[in-house]
Amino acid sequence: MNADVIIVGSGIIGAACADELARRGLEVLVLDDRRGGATAAGMGHLVALDDNPAELKLSDHSIGRWREWARDMDQGCAYRNNGSLWLAANEQEMAVAEAKLKTLREAGMACELLGAEALRATEPELRDGLPGALKVAGDGILYAPNAARWLLTRGGRRIAERQGRVAAIEADEVRLDDGTRLRAPVVVLANGIHAPELAPDLPIEPKKGHLLITDRYPGRVSHTLIELGYVTSAHNASGPSVACNIQPRPTGQLFIGSSRQFGTSDPAVDGPMLARMLRRAVDYMPGLAKLNGIRAWTGFRAASPDGLPLIGEHPRRPGLWLAVGHEGLGVTTAPGTAELLAAQLFGETPPFAAEPYLPERFLGARDAQRTSIPSEAGR
Amino acid sequence: MSERYDLLIVGAGPAGLAAALAAADSGLAIALIDDNPAPGGQIWRDGPGVRLPARARRQREALARHANITLLSGTRVVACADDRRLLVEDADSGRLIGYRKLLLCTGARELLLPFPGWTLPGVTGAGGLQALIKGGLPVRGERVVIAGSGPLLLASAATAQKAGAQVLRVAEQASHAAVAGFAARLLQWPGKAVQALGLHQPGYRCNARVVAALGSERLEAVLIQRGGRREELPCERLACGFGLVPNTQLGEALGCEVRAGALAVDDLQRTRLAEVFAAGECTGFGGSELSLVEGAIAGHAAVGQTARAEALLPERARWRRFARQLARSFALDPALKDLPRPDTLVCRCEDVPYSALAGHDGWVGAKLASRCGMGACQGRVCGAVAGYLFGWTPTRPRLPLSPARVDTLLCLEETALPSATGEPVE
Ligand SMILES: Cc1cc2nc3c(=O)[nH]c(=O)nc-3n(C[C@H](O)[C@H](O)[C@H](O)COP(=O)(O)OP(=O)(O)OC[C@H]3O[C@@H](n4cnc5c(N)ncnc54)[C@H](O)[C@@H]3O)c2cc1C
Repeated sequence: MNADVIIVGSGIIGAACADELARRGLEVLVLDDRRGGATAAGMGHLVALDDNPAELKLSDHSIGRWREWARDMDQGCAYRNNGSLWLAANEQEMAVAEAKLKTLREAGMACELLGAEALRATEPELRDGLPGALKVAGDGILYAPNAARWLLTRGGRRIAERQGRVAAIEADEVRLDDGTRLRAPVVVLANGIHAPELAPDLPIEPKKGHLLITDRYPGRVSHTLIELGYVTSAHNASGPSVACNIQPRPTGQLFIGSSRQFGTSDPAVDGPMLARMLRRAVDYMPGLAKLNGIRAWTGFRAASPDGLPLIGEHPRRPGLWLAVGHEGLGVTTAPGTAELLAAQLFGETPPFAAEPYLPERFLGARDAQRTSIPSEAGR
Repeated sequence: MSERYDLLIVGAGPAGLAAALAAADSGLAIALIDDNPAPGGQIWRDGPGVRLPARARRQREALARHANITLLSGTRVVACADDRRLLVEDADSGRLIGYRKLLLCTGARELLLPFPGWTLPGVTGAGGLQALIKGGLPVRGERVVIAGSGPLLLASAATAQKAGAQVLRVAEQASHAAVAGFAARLLQWPGKAVQALGLHQPGYRCNARVVAALGSERLEAVLIQRGGRREELPCERLACGFGLVPNTQLGEALGCEVRAGALAVDDLQRTRLAEVFAAGECTGFGGSELSLVEGAIAGHAAVGQTARAEALLPERARWRRFARQLARSFALDPALKDLPRPDTLVCRCEDVPYSALAGHDGWVGAKLASRCGMGACQGRVCGAVAGYLFGWTPTRPRLPLSPARVDTLLCLEETALPSATGEPVE
């Protein structure tokens, strides 16, 4: 055996799983082919989403972990607990804000409604006439590539990394494309949109997103600004869609999102799509039109049919564990994902219910008993 | 009606100007785009501190006589859009401009290599110093050191001297033998022979390289190494240039082929896309004479005057020989790769030191981890440096090709998906 666990993919999910398992005493080998994934492309907004109770549980729990870890993270991870403002464009969206306030408060999260005036005072760059916003105080931001790096290195020697492309996984054997064979009793698939290459039955599809970053304009925006229309239009639509998402980076730059497109795997920046996305952001922040954009790029989210990740053992491939399908929320939900996976692997009671995320919901019932490692194995 | 030209030329340096003039008598609608306030490019840069050479003046006058040539100065190409259109931006606004044929004369930029102190105020590129002086920077009475490689150092020295600066030293990294051999051969290119005189200028030293720029707030002195000896020269300015890097971004974004760092063209300056031509230093370094003749060939070819284009091929062959000679004589000494210290900045936009890059195995990983190349210059400077120091190839350029106002990018809303590139010739 080459390790107790082999993890395929060193994005934020693979890194969080490696960290969690190594802290529980396992020897972890992380493989990555460096083709680049969502972690390198995404916005790193740590945001509590509440499309359904499971999503809220996973994101809220995870954001709490990031806040604890932030004390030890290096500068490069660029963590800030700057809070999010969900912007209401009209009275209907204000009602959505109120409903959201109720849901989040019930979950114990700190949030408040801002009226038109309070909103203008908080974020003067926003256009006049917005009726208000919901402020979620616990949300934050992160530079995900460096946070992944930090997770892979903070534990010391238990995590080994190796560059290589996994070509196939058969039982406890992982075969690289150069013919190398590596073995471990547990293999975790954390390779984002590429997971179906190694497990063709996974219902995961790439969802393309565009991003643009501006030059440095410090002090113009302090919270991450997202439109509430995001909940109703962008998140659930099947056609291409855009939503206003403006994030102030610690450098003073503004990070602008977001767009969603299915049915393409071309990474090129589409001019028209980028322009639609920027139009939406300018609608909310008119002064943005005169600022310089310096770079634009795209990334692909690994989307599952119900928008929730698949976390747990593959029901028909004993020893193959899944941590995939995190859509547009994987940076946020990486800590909770790792904890759920570890709890199942060690046969413990998870910190919150694991059922909504089990792969069985798409892959059918399990034939064999779950592989597990007795808790004393490590340490 | 949208704005559309039969021939759109990007870059109004010698190649672009020659191309416009060559194509002018076709009577077709031609436009010449350049982000500088006036045509002329780097070599014929205009400004308050300039008296343009006769040839440049004649070209400009000729340009003005042709009613079918539109000059779009102060205009930058931001992106290629659909349907043979480019998104451009000037000081006021952004717009889409269409073309039937496109000619890229986007030139080259200086290769700036990092060494301790290279980011101190007072240190510029060799071409950069020329541009500043032509733009009106007063240097009278200042002590100047020029370092790096190639004839551009001499041109920079000449500009500084003419503006009243005292050039203490021109430090050429190439060996004396290489430079002397080059000078001897200059007689084969009569127009260039006069440059050989510069090689005899009193401060000119071969085998010499800058090892550090010294100073606290700004440049105070330069440390030059020659063989085993080091000399410290107190001065106000240091201008460095280590050769040129072709500007291939727009060509690459369109889908043209890049070979050995330059846009690849055939005999008639055609790229692999049927409607796109390229000429001048974006296709490889060769000096202004080569750019002029390449530009003329491309201009003729782009408007269908093939015979007139072909008549210029022998002249181009002659200047290409010169270019090869130049490249051989001034090849960079690998020892220059050892100039940066761990804390020497490589990326000035994002303050990334050499040590943050050295351990990585490629541009993408290094960029993600260190933010190198993520600033406003989009890796134009540090991408070329990383290419030289580590042999990394930067990723294919994406839109926007240069920083652009958000409202300019909004013009792309009305374009079609996907952003079309042209059809390959074959
Ligand atoms: C545009 C955009 C914006 C986003 N914004 C946010 C946001 O604001 N907040 C948030 O929480 N989330 C956001 N996300 C989502 C988030 O980025 C992802 O959910 C998360 O990064 C997924 O991480 P991962 O580790 O699963 O996958 P990835 O980061 O894709 O990592 C997978 C890794 O696996 C490697 N790999 C793949 N196949 C193989 C193989 N066969 N062998 C070896 N290695 C392999 C790849 O090289 C890659 O490094 C965004 C995503 C996008 C695209």
